[in-house]
Amino acid sequence: MTEEEIGLIEAEEHPLDGYLRKGRIPHIWCPGCSLGSVMTVIIEAIKESGIEQKNIAVISGIGCTGRTAGYLNFDSFHTTHGRAIPFAIGLGLTDPNRKIIVISGDGDLASIGGNHLIHAARRNANITVICVNNFQYGMTGGQVGPTSYKGQVQTTAPYGNIEEPFNLPELVKSCGATYIARWTALDVRRVKESFVEAINHQGFSFVEVLGACPTTYGRRNQLREGIAILEAFKERSVIEHGIDTEKVAIGKEGPIIVGKFVDIHDKPTLTDNLLSIQRMSTASKDKGA
Amino acid sequence: MSDKKINAPMVNTGEFFTSGNLAVAEGSLAAGCKFFGGYPITPSSEVAEHMSIKLPQSNGHFVQFEDEIASIASILGASWGGWKSMTATSGPGYSLMLENIGLGIMTETPCVIVNVQRGGPSTGLPTLVGQQDIQQARWGSHGDYEIIALSPNSVQECFDLAVTAFNLAEEYRVPVTILMDETIGHMSEKLVIPEADKIEIVNRKKPTDEAEGHLPYKADDDLIPPMAVAGEGYNVMATGLTHDERGYPALDVNSQEVLLTRLLDKIRKNKDKIIKLEEYMLDDAEFVIISFGISSRAAKGAVNLARKKGLKVGYLRLITIWPFPDEQIAQIASKVKAIFITEINSGQVTREVQRAVEGKSKVHGLFKLGGAIHTPTEIVEEIERRTK
Repeated sequence: MTEEEIGLIEAEEHPLDGYLRKGRIPHIWCPGCSLGSVMTVIIEAIKESGIEQKNIAVISGIGCTGRTAGYLNFDSFHTTHGRAIPFAIGLGLTDPNRKIIVISGDGDLASIGGNHLIHAARRNANITVICVNNFQYGMTGGQVGPTSYKGQVQTTAPYGNIEEPFNLPELVKSCGATYIARWTALDVRRVKESFVEAINHQGFSFVEVLGACPTTYGRRNQLREGIAILEAFKERSVIEHGIDTEKVAIGKEGPIIVGKFVDIHDKPTLTDNLLSIQRMSTASKDKGA
Repeated sequence: MSDKKINAPMVNTGEFFTSGNLAVAEGSLAAGCKFFGGYPITPSSEVAEHMSIKLPQSNGHFVQFEDEIASIASILGASWGGWKSMTATSGPGYSLMLENIGLGIMTETPCVIVNVQRGGPSTGLPTLVGQQDIQQARWGSHGDYEIIALSPNSVQECFDLAVTAFNLAEEYRVPVTILMDETIGHMSEKLVIPEADKIEIVNRKKPTDEAEGHLPYKADDDLIPPMAVAGEGYNVMATGLTHDERGYPALDVNSQEVLLTRLLDKIRKNKDKIIKLEEYMLDDAEFVIISFGISSRAAKGAVNLARKKGLKVGYLRLITIWPFPDEQIAQIASKVKAIFITEINSGQVTREVQRAVEGKSKVHGLFKLGGAIHTPTEIVEEIERRTK
């Protein structure tokens, strides 16, 4: 049923009116999923950043998180699986004043799109990447993914995951990311603060939000309700700003380290470097080279 | 910022002795290309190298990406930023780009892909000529679609068709492939770049309505929707999912039929405007050679040789490979005894000709499997052998 068909919703005003696409709500996400809250926080952060709506573009790949761009009333692009980042880089380079926000999941960004993630960090591409990590592939029915911890049970790891997961903050830090933060979906206020900082950051900013997926992760891993996943986040999470990202890997048990890990301001971005090449090449052209 | 200003072309007017790869790059600059995302691959790399020198000089950007998938995704993004954009590659890279060429078709994103063909399959013959990606350019991405692909047969035409490719991409809002080949890309000939005002440039249609209530995928009578881009206040929306006129996902039978029919028809119904052919000595021809790309150079030589021998042979060159000129070929077939096709593959254009001819004439394919070009003599010998 669309929003128009539900007269009640149509009649009410909502603080996010104008930022969500009319006619696209209700969304597809399950009860207990964190993506609704993350999307709300993204809008709040954009409003707080003070950037004009038309100067923001949001780009997603494929998957549950990949649907986010399509609900947001900005210039929004729902691309192919794993390819949101290069699409975003191309779009961003056409206007240095445009803010580019990539919103996608851990499978999309770190598995099929992993090559683009590390190279975007290496280039210090002027984009914000928001990775909602639910530890597996939700939309396709709960298959094991690159962030699944050892022993995690998923439909394609019925005996428990045998592989080591990526430590995403460490991965992007080692490649050159200049802003890195991680929070759980429970920490909405801190998530918002990090989103605002990330959006206003010049260079490659990366925010990992640990999200709850009760439907295809929780029920196979003794966390049947969304609230149970969030409670586990609450119990296990420890704030450690500035900690060495080598120490923030997530396992089945033990602390989940959250906080702002990296915030570097003096490194030129891909855009800065390309604009300086333009000036250099024009000068050499004028000299007759 | 007006669209015209952003895509102000860089026209390096003059006479040159240069290669096809450099000519296709110069043609792209003259068409107003401002963004190149690419990945090195033989035998296309000179296109990227030349763009890396020239694009910054025309306030554009060149980025060498981590792979061909990123390259094609980046040029789609740049096109949605309002910049004319392109990439260049060869077979293996083209294979990697196909999924996102599909995204370009579905989101109706103008862009140009140069495929300098080499012998395949797989790594094949990186440094030697091939024409084996003809059907791949038509059908390689999944799903049903119509596409435009052009095939130059000279250095001059690499320049000219680069301009045409951008114009067609902008007019029909579709990725356009320039199917070059290793020989065309690497050989050097005379190139004349005309003055800027002699080069016809087409820019995408822009919407004229208000942002409020704007329908980004509502087509005009020509079946092509005007294209707002990012930053213009329209809150544009693009998705690879089947979508309605608002651009919203619409996953139902009717929406699929409506959208797909329009995407197919916007090319099919404009075939006559898109298709370009070169005819030579067709009027009294009893036999016709159909060819394209580098193969057509030998084919034309064969026509001259055959005529000297008294054989009434004519020539049809496919400048546009896709959409395929079914009607034109059927007409020719009804007048001639046999059609010969010379191509450097095992019959990719021949099967299209057979389909178009519908048995009205005999069809003989003369194939090279990669790495070599026909000689005029062997083509004439084959015609003589087949027509005895």
